[in-house]
Amino acid sequence: MLCHHCNERDATIHEVVIHDGQRAERHLCERCARQLGVVGGAKPGQETPEMHGPTRPLINACDSCGLTYAEFKDLELLGCPRCYAAFERQLSGLLERTHEGGTHHVGKVPRRALDSSRSGRSLDEVLGDQAEREARLSQLREQLDDAVRSEHYERAGRIRDEIRRISGMSGAARVDQPEAEGGRSDAG
Amino acid sequence: MPGESESGFGERAFDPNKRVEWLLGDGPDADVVLSSRVRLARNLAGFPFITRAKRTDMQQVLDLCRDRLAHIGLCEDPPAEPGARRLEAEAALGLGRSLGLDAGTPAWVDLHRSTELEAKLLAERHLISAQHASGQVCKRRTTDEPRGVAVAQPGERVSVMVNEEDHLRIQAVRSGLRLEEALQIANEADDRLEGGLDLAFSPRFGYLTACPTNVGTGVRLSVMLHLPGLRMTGEIDKVRRAAADMGLALRGSAGEGSEALGDLYQLSNQTTLGKSEQMLLRELSEEVLPPVVRYERHARSVLLEQRRIRLEDAVHRAVGTLCNARLVSLDESMNALSLVRLGIAAGLIGPRESESSVLQLLLLVQPAHLQHTLGAALGQEARKAARATLLRERLGSVLLG
Repeated sequence: MLCHHCNERDATIHEVVIHDGQRAERHLCERCARQLGVVGGAKPGQETPEMHGPTRPLINACDSCGLTYAEFKDLELLGCPRCYAAFERQLSGLLERTHEGGTHHVGKVPRRALDSSRSGRSLDEVLGDQAEREARLSQLREQLDDAVRSEHYERAGRIRDEIRRISGMSGAARVDQPEAEGGRSDAG
Repeated sequence: MPGESESGFGERAFDPNKRVEWLLGDGPDADVVLSSRVRLARNLAGFPFITRAKRTDMQQVLDLCRDRLAHIGLCEDPPAEPGARRLEAEAALGLGRSLGLDAGTPAWVDLHRSTELEAKLLAERHLISAQHASGQVCKRRTTDEPRGVAVAQPGERVSVMVNEEDHLRIQAVRSGLRLEEALQIANEADDRLEGGLDLAFSPRFGYLTACPTNVGTGVRLSVMLHLPGLRMTGEIDKVRRAAADMGLALRGSAGEGSEALGDLYQLSNQTTLGKSEQMLLRELSEEVLPPVVRYERHARSVLLEQRRIRLEDAVHRAVGTLCNARLVSLDESMNALSLVRLGIAAGLIGPRESESSVLQLLLLVQPAHLQHTLGAALGQEARKAARATLLRERLGSVLLG
């Protein structure tokens, strides 16, 4: 999500103000947030907004490997597996842009992780393609609402296309059913 | 294909002709889709990624991975003492003697102990990336730091890079449009590796990778396309745009930032988070590739029917160059070989069987292969001359009879 103020940088500060029962949201990048006094030096006497999330200080370095976010920006590589948790908020927007709106993992899970969940369910049940489509669709729908509300029409168009494509997958064309080899060579 | 053992590895016989799988030219739709490749990016839990790893971390990762790879039969057993490694690796690979791989067992190569030429040879065979060959995966790393690759037979279908951008990069390749099979092979290798290694995984982000662009499934499905028809009719950009619309990337044959030498293009997914392997597979092999294959065949038939004389001229000029020139650059040879393959497929020249020689030459004209064949390091001019000689010898008899 882009900063609502400068429309250039990623919004990493999310402010919710409830005034006279009215709820208002602002999504800002760190610089604009500081400029507008949302974080850092809020001027005395100013109304302190009720903040969700940003009340926690932004993490500057991964506590496991010591990589800073600035270093990550420079190298474009993270320092260790724990960096994902450490920079979760900063990475969210980046991941969403890089992965066509994808925010959560869908797909293969290491057997160990699956066993440790002790759900007793088989891999197929956990990753059934029907469930996957539904989850992805509801996620895309949320993103579409968001894009329309913030007037990002180009992005909204892309999300809409993706929704159309996924919804268009009929039950007959299940992804786990391999097509016969001969069918493919007849395609031309 | 089914019948050739479960998934190709575990079988210890090396291909005596030392052909590489991705240049076999067989399999479904191989006239356009030369090969299918699947790569999985994996990291060990509890170890820093390559950016923050100390040399000792890298050595530990290497030892853990190599032991596991040997345990599951994906590379030969590690020697008792580290000093013996280079010799063993060389013996297994026969790098000093013949082309690439000729031993009867899966091989392991310590790249930090290899010569530059050996590493480049493996890169030309697409067993490792150019960055893995040089050791410069990121700017903090140097060429003598612990890293390696396991190569399984037949046809070098499976390779596993250790300490590339991620701790493990599992790669499986099949000729023709057989992405599903390649995915199955890669998954099997992944399952077996995971049986003895704790992989970095989070329920939200999936498999955790050094670069956030690979996080999630860590999978890259890619096909190598031979598109001389679309290039000649000027329609490559159509494919490029269609690919971009689908969140796919169309690149030159040697990967990121490379040119499309020999009309070879790589098409691969960009998205790894929020889409399962199966969905990506379906998108590529059922939605994207069938029209691309159709467009290319259509372009070829248009050339043959409406611009036949121009096509014939281009093909025969290519034959002329390959069979007569005395100095041939890499670019020139690959582009000419592409036209010759097109000419053979269209029935304009040569017997059909000559196609395999043409494909094999795409590998043999590469700088490291050329120098390896001749057993000497050569300057650019000498390489051009050696390349021209090789092409005349190998193609002259096949094409001119």
